[in-house]
Amino acid sequence: MASVSRRRATDDPAWAKALVIGVVAVFLALVLILPLAAVFAEALRKGLGAALEAINNADALAAVKLTLLTAAISVPFNAAFGLCAAWAIAKHEFLGKPLLITLIDLPFSVSPVVAGLIYVLIFGLQGWFGEYLVDNDIKIIFAVPGIVLATVFVTFPFVARELIPLMQEQGNSEEEAAVSMGAGGLYTFWRVTAPNVRWGLMYGVLLCNARAMGEFGAVSVVSGHIRGLTNTMPLHVEILYNEYDFVGAFAVAALLCLLAVVTLVLKTALEVAQPGMRGRGGH
Amino acid sequence: MTISIRSVEKKFGRYPALNKVDLEIADGELLALLGPSGSGKTTLLRTIAGLEFPDAGQVLFDGQDVTFASAADRRVGFVFQQYALFKHMTVAKNIAFGLDVRKGKDKPSKAEIARRVEELLKLVELDGLGKRYPSQLSGGQRQRVALSRALAVQPSVLLLDEPFGALDATVRKSLRKELRRVHDATGVTTIFVTHDQEEALELADRVAILNKGQIEQIGTPDQVHDQPETAFVCGFVGEANCFEGEVGGGQFNAGALRLPSGGVREGAATAYVRPHDFVLDDGGFEVRVDRAHVQGALTTVNATAADGRPIEISASRAEAVRFQGTVKIAARKAHVYAA
Repeated sequence: MASVSRRRATDDPAWAKALVIGVVAVFLALVLILPLAAVFAEALRKGLGAALEAINNADALAAVKLTLLTAAISVPFNAAFGLCAAWAIAKHEFLGKPLLITLIDLPFSVSPVVAGLIYVLIFGLQGWFGEYLVDNDIKIIFAVPGIVLATVFVTFPFVARELIPLMQEQGNSEEEAAVSMGAGGLYTFWRVTAPNVRWGLMYGVLLCNARAMGEFGAVSVVSGHIRGLTNTMPLHVEILYNEYDFVGAFAVAALLCLLAVVTLVLKTALEVAQPGMRGRGGH
Repeated sequence: MTISIRSVEKKFGRYPALNKVDLEIADGELLALLGPSGSGKTTLLRTIAGLEFPDAGQVLFDGQDVTFASAADRRVGFVFQQYALFKHMTVAKNIAFGLDVRKGKDKPSKAEIARRVEELLKLVELDGLGKRYPSQLSGGQRQRVALSRALAVQPSVLLLDEPFGALDATVRKSLRKELRRVHDATGVTTIFVTHDQEEALELADRVAILNKGQIEQIGTPDQVHDQPETAFVCGFVGEANCFEGEVGGGQFNAGALRLPSGGVREGAATAYVRPHDFVLDDGGFEVRVDRAHVQGALTTVNATAADGRPIEISASRAEAVRFQGTVKIAARKAHVYAA
């Protein structure tokens, strides 16, 4: 018996398909896979022992800790804010809504370096609140709070941007149904709205986390690069590299890559577990 | 529960959705709000539900002003057009929602809620499906879940927005009977919105026909079909041939067509004739028969008048045999409205 034809009306000729796929594959190999491979190759050039040693010292470990701490503060904050913002924008009408949507996108359109400078301008020694902060012995710039603030700023849109289209598509009718049966606002939010966007929320949180751990520009401006104190992993990589400690630099970079890979694997696992999450979310 | 709508107005931006609507709904009645899309029927239903609030006018439940009362306080059961079932909850949880949400001594015990859910599942013939999720149900089953969820709170009024809109023809038919049966079993005042005149006429005790934010006519299915008060109702409810012409000399004239004018003042007018009101009549006007096709017990005859107007005639199959070649027909009855 003849095999079932899988041809479809929209299929392009084989050579065209091969060409397009080939172009994408070569491009990905050159700009994504090759550099990634290079990072691991460089890190392991003097053997696994040397690489592990480069990570296992006080400064590198402090950088890892600071990076995780920064992500641990900024990600939950942005998840909560993003959920609130998406809920307000997608489910309600209010004055200034277009302005709020634009503001949420601001961190994407502003250079991270500028974002860092904004905080220096506000909280720095010569900044608006500089004198007050010095008088009260509060350190923001060149200290952990500044790093967290800069990271929050840069990673701010991820969750909201993920949730707004999802919530808009889901519309208001489930909420209306809940309200018509006597549910209050908070009950409706926790029992109806939130469960409907949980996969989108997790996806946004993962993206937000990946960026929070990897942020360089804004953090670089506010950090002050004090080893063991205000160095995050990306900053530590730069310092080691500039000191010609290539194995160390690439070893820390490889660790950072691994964190990113873990995030992406989690994201993919989520997509496999919940095929509808990027769209209708069910049905 | 009687419901009174008193000169309710509602605008969306500059667009008037409801324009001084008055409507009285009797206790235990099954009422259809019928109209084309954009006629304001869904807005009216949502205003009764407390999901929209009018710009002017009043909504009374049993004489009590509830114009600005919340949906929950009105104790309405609402079935949404796309059902709006909670996707992440089982069917049983969906139905129990309105009971679970209650607080303190109003909240029934777990066993009581479970018993009520079972009862409702039985009422809509879905016993045994309580543990399923909405995505595992067919369209018709989802619609039944939505109906029993709305009934779970023992609403004083049941409101349904295009309840059969998303279903295919056979399911639609059986669910219509189902809704009628549930209504008769519970006796709850029920209002449903539809754009399908057949559905409205079959199901409802009374039909309110809306057009452009106003009620054109309220009456029993017989009344709105046989005695349409406005040209819009006549054209919208039931099949009708429409003729533009004028009234003069005591009758309606449009080309060779002559119809009884029924006392409409002289001048430009529009006449509607139901296909079954055309009969063979030697004193009538000539039409050429183009095609006849069988529709159940009746035959639909497509004909053309001398001046080229298409005319649709409906006759019994025995009678239809006589529609051959060129015949003379007249209208037993015509609805004529001054333009």
